[in-house]
Amino acid sequence: MEYFLQQLINGLTLGAIYGLIAIGYTMVYGIIGMINFAHGEIYMIGAFIALIAFLVLGILGITWLPLALLLVLLAAMVFTAFYGWTLERIAYRPLRGSPRLAALISAIGMSIFLQNYVQLLQGARVKPLQPVIPGGVVLMEGAISVRFNYIQMMIIATTVVLMAIFSLIIAKTAMGRAQRACQQDQTMSALVGINVDRTISMTFVIGATLAAVAGMMVTLYYGVIDFFIGFLAGIKAFTAAVVGGIGSLPGAMLGGLLIGLIEVFWSAYFTIEYKDVAAFSILILVLMFRPTGLLGKPEIEKV
Amino acid sequence: MAVSRFALTTMAAATAAIIAGAMPAEAEIRIGTAGPMTGQYAVFGAQMKAGAEQAVRDINAAGGVLGQQLVLEIGDDVCDPKQAVAVANQFAGRGVVMAAGHFCSGSSIPASDVYYEEGILQISPASTNPQLTEAGKWNVFRTCGRDDQQGEVAGNYMADNFADKRIAIVHDKQAYSKGLADETKKQLNARGIQEVLYDTITPGERDYSALVSKLNAEGVEILYYGGYHTEAGLIVRQMRGQGMTTRLISGDALVTDEYWSITGDLGEGTMMTFSPDPRKNPVAAPIVEEFRAQGIEPEGYTLYTYGTIQAWVQAVEKAGTTDPEAVAEVLKSEQFETVLGPIGFDEKGDVTAPGYVFYVWSGGTYDYVEN
Repeated sequence: MEYFLQQLINGLTLGAIYGLIAIGYTMVYGIIGMINFAHGEIYMIGAFIALIAFLVLGILGITWLPLALLLVLLAAMVFTAFYGWTLERIAYRPLRGSPRLAALISAIGMSIFLQNYVQLLQGARVKPLQPVIPGGVVLMEGAISVRFNYIQMMIIATTVVLMAIFSLIIAKTAMGRAQRACQQDQTMSALVGINVDRTISMTFVIGATLAAVAGMMVTLYYGVIDFFIGFLAGIKAFTAAVVGGIGSLPGAMLGGLLIGLIEVFWSAYFTIEYKDVAAFSILILVLMFRPTGLLGKPEIEKV
Repeated sequence: MAVSRFALTTMAAATAAIIAGAMPAEAEIRIGTAGPMTGQYAVFGAQMKAGAEQAVRDINAAGGVLGQQLVLEIGDDVCDPKQAVAVANQFAGRGVVMAAGHFCSGSSIPASDVYYEEGILQISPASTNPQLTEAGKWNVFRTCGRDDQQGEVAGNYMADNFADKRIAIVHDKQAYSKGLADETKKQLNARGIQEVLYDTITPGERDYSALVSKLNAEGVEILYYGGYHTEAGLIVRQMRGQGMTTRLISGDALVTDEYWSITGDLGEGTMMTFSPDPRKNPVAAPIVEEFRAQGIEPEGYTLYTYGTIQAWVQAVEKAGTTDPEAVAEVLKSEQFETVLGPIGFDEKGDVTAPGYVFYVWSGGTYDYVEN
């Protein structure tokens, strides 16, 4: 029982991070029907900005933790959002209207470019950050003591709060309405006075902001980042978005949690060697029975 | 048939370019060093590069080899087997006569096929997987030890000191890591000790919390890890995060300060096997000084790469030619004075040098374990 609980905590934390990244994939796909393969790299850049912000704050002598965390979060979100906006502006907007494959290649190119860009600027060495938020609470003493670390609580809580905020934005605000309109029909949206270009830019900005939060959490939680972390995380998050139903916001979160939990529980009770096989087998099973993912809506071909 | 004539001309031109590339100017000898210059293990590539550059500089300053100057080619294989083959082909195209590399066993082994076909000497300063020299290729050598030696030392040490502890063995599925973990397990089992858990992880990930909880549930006190320093550091951090005091024991891939920069004080007490530190060799003292004067700490494989090139240069001088087969003959029959001390090679190409010793991390540096 203790073991199960401990692994559940591990799985939820991992799933929350996957979910945060997956939202970026799903939102972009929802609006322009394109897989933004550079999204994993945006997350990686978020992690680097968070680390740099921590170091800068350390030099400035701001060590009161809540303030430092808030400042780092803001810095990571703002700068990463800027990268997300620029990415859309220079790599995708010029290709709008061209075949989807062109945009896909452009995305893969940006992914490679951003990886090498960070590698050249920051070096190939791994960048460590010593534990910032140590400690946690022991939930249960038994055969093993179940620990819920403060940082794990923070990751899960932040994810829940952000999900709530962004769901509200999409559902209630004018910008959210514009996004949903663009998702359904861009030409029609333009005709009723929606600035389609700006709406798409905002989508990239929101996706990048969430990826920045995930990047900061990873920097805090694991404490070791390098220019290559975006690749694996990106693949996993993309899988999560597909399982949940690409284009669906709650689906991305659900998919993220599902992938995280499957990986952790498979590792816990079977051999870790096959955990990726397990995760991707579930993906195939889901897609066999629900080709649009768990919460995805089937695409209706308009005649 | 204009098209095919055009294609033929292009091909002819390309072939000419390749042949031209294969014949460098007379007055220089090209050697190469290949390793992960970028990517996750770039810190080791940097060690090899620093060692090779310094060796070439020193040798050229002393008059070169057979009166000719050495030119160094650096190859980046990112520890990727496919990339390693590409680098090996590139070396062949540029007329390299000896490759001091690669770093990862998973790269060295596929590259050795190319070097064998092209008749280029390969002397790895770092690849410890037994298979590299077991294949029996005449052109393959190494100046580092082998994982079966390393595993034997590690297995024996654990059997002697931790016989009553609960031991787990984990590796990251790469050629080096699996070889090391399996050799250690073999020796441990031969000494009558059974590990409580044997599992693998995926390198390059960040989250090893599931593994850590598993170790915790099994009450593991000693974790033998076959793999590299990044994952080892992450596992240590996550073990301490879950309140475990398990001691990590690993192999020669932890001999880098980067390990400590990841773990910080949490890495206190981590143990590893590595060849005797060449920096402590009296012969190496002036060269160590030379490195430090440039702000480079010649840790890990720096001096191994330096010594590799030294041994090859001495063999070339003795053979009187750079012809790889003649040099290979000399390498297998003579002794060489290097920064690693006097070394020679056996029939397989393995170095006949002292084996492995245990080191322990403490306060940010590593030193021999006091017995």
